[in-house]
Amino acid sequence: MSGTSMTTRAWFLMLPLLVVMVAVIGWPLVDTVGLSFTDAKLVGTGGNFVGIDNYAKMLANSNFQRTLITTAWFAIVSVAAEMVLGVLAALLLNQEFKGRGVLRALMILPWALPTVVNATLWRLIYNPEYGALNAALTQLGLIDAYRSWLGEPGTALTALIVADCWKNFPLVALIALAALQAVPRDITAASLVDGAGPFKRFRFVILPYLVGPLMVALVLRTIEAFKVFDIIWVMTRGGPANSTRTLSILVYQEAFSFQRAGSGASLALIVTLLVTVLAAAYAALVRKTAGSAT
Amino acid sequence: MERKSPLFTCFIYVCAILLAVVILAPIAWLFIMSISPAADLAAKPLRWWPQTADFSRYWVLLSTLENSEGAAFTSSLRNSIEVAGMATIAAIALAIPAGWAVSRTPSVGWSLSMVIATYMLPPVALAVPLYMSLAYLGLLNNVFGLALVYLTILAPFTTWLMKSGFDSIPKEIEAAAMIDGAGLFQTLKIITLPLAMPVMATSALFAFLLAWDEFFYALLFTSDQRAKTLTVAIADLAGGRVSDYGLIATAGVLAALPPVLIGLVMQRALISGLTSGGVKG
Repeated sequence: MSGTSMTTRAWFLMLPLLVVMVAVIGWPLVDTVGLSFTDAKLVGTGGNFVGIDNYAKMLANSNFQRTLITTAWFAIVSVAAEMVLGVLAALLLNQEFKGRGVLRALMILPWALPTVVNATLWRLIYNPEYGALNAALTQLGLIDAYRSWLGEPGTALTALIVADCWKNFPLVALIALAALQAVPRDITAASLVDGAGPFKRFRFVILPYLVGPLMVALVLRTIEAFKVFDIIWVMTRGGPANSTRTLSILVYQEAFSFQRAGSGASLALIVTLLVTVLAAAYAALVRKTAGSAT
Repeated sequence: MERKSPLFTCFIYVCAILLAVVILAPIAWLFIMSISPAADLAAKPLRWWPQTADFSRYWVLLSTLENSEGAAFTSSLRNSIEVAGMATIAAIALAIPAGWAVSRTPSVGWSLSMVIATYMLPPVALAVPLYMSLAYLGLLNNVFGLALVYLTILAPFTTWLMKSGFDSIPKEIEAAAMIDGAGLFQTLKIITLPLAMPVMATSALFAFLLAWDEFFYALLFTSDQRAKTLTVAIADLAGGRVSDYGLIATAGVLAALPPVLIGLVMQRALISGLTSGGVKG
């Protein structure tokens, strides 16, 4: 079959997917762009063209700026902690010990637990009156009185990050473990003969094998952390005093709670742009490290 | 091999036990809460181990008496199964021809890259127009409408998985069948699809788990028992005025059961699916 007719056939076979994607993603995205230049309400018709007013107001809004910082903090701290804990757990699971297979199987559990169930579970653990964390810390003598972990602006975001890390570090561990198992045995053996200590061995022998897969995990986790909604909505709804409000929560409030579709759309596109820039920067970084690691 | 001092071995076991406790303790506590009598959960100091195992909450939630907590739970369970099932079937049906086409015709691959790049879009960027369209079509608070919206998440993902699956089936087998006189669709039906069965099953399970887990769109687009999914029902319970925390925990255990069982049984396939992008990348 000739090249052109194969291409035609390929497009024909892709048509159903592309039609659906344009209908549920492409067109809504274009519509969001259109809405972002209007003062449209969620219900009712139309709305007037207001130019870049929505964007200008949003970027100058102190709520937006504070939310951006909260989101960045959540993403940076939780992803960094997940990477470190994940690699440490993978290094452990790469050792030989009894019960290793069972422990590796257990790592799938937090990943498989639905996000909303995870959020609910931790909300119960942090409960100010009956929660397990308060009970455990009191019984161990570490705190005198029960605290409202999710009710105080000083601790709520950290409590959320812990819950998010617990669910996501095992996935990083499994990805890192798969990469570790691809390190040829004779290379580690040779480095031992050459007298490399454990830290040098990790840095120069093992890390090059980990960098590629970890960068991919880092990119995906950062994008997800930046878009975070579920766990925060279920645990705190952005409170107390908006201390855990992330960008997705702010868009939800603007577009759906206050029904300001136009300004909500402009905010959603700002978030999209931030994520895209982040992903592009990362992609460049991945290409660079992949080039230097080999 | 590495030298192994007894001290090092000891250190490894201590770390392994620590990791096991970190992973298991929250999950175990969720289950213990679900079978502890309400008085035990409200006791100070907290009773970590129930005096008697009380499984009655499971029957409460799974009963279908009208206007009971069970009715709300079972209807959301049914909705979740329906929405996730429909969206999965539709996503696989779209993914098979598209994945095969991209696998065999690399020149159209850029279109799949574009589809996959939509992963970066935050759902909030699509939510307002989707809400307005569903309202216009009368599909708000409707399982079909929600399943349709879930294709935004599921279809790119299944197409990508199916494409890598087809990549591992040699073209030559198909070419041989065609030389023997089989048409394209016959070849796909007799040769390729049976070989792609395992990857199709993995993709379907992944897609089902994604849909089962989804919360944001379900929260926005459903409002009562006709379409509310399990994740929304659980968030309602957690944020509502339920005084028995054990009941919330029970709902969590029931919602977690299918994905956890799938995760444990399908471990090998899931891990290779999760890591394939990473390790090759």
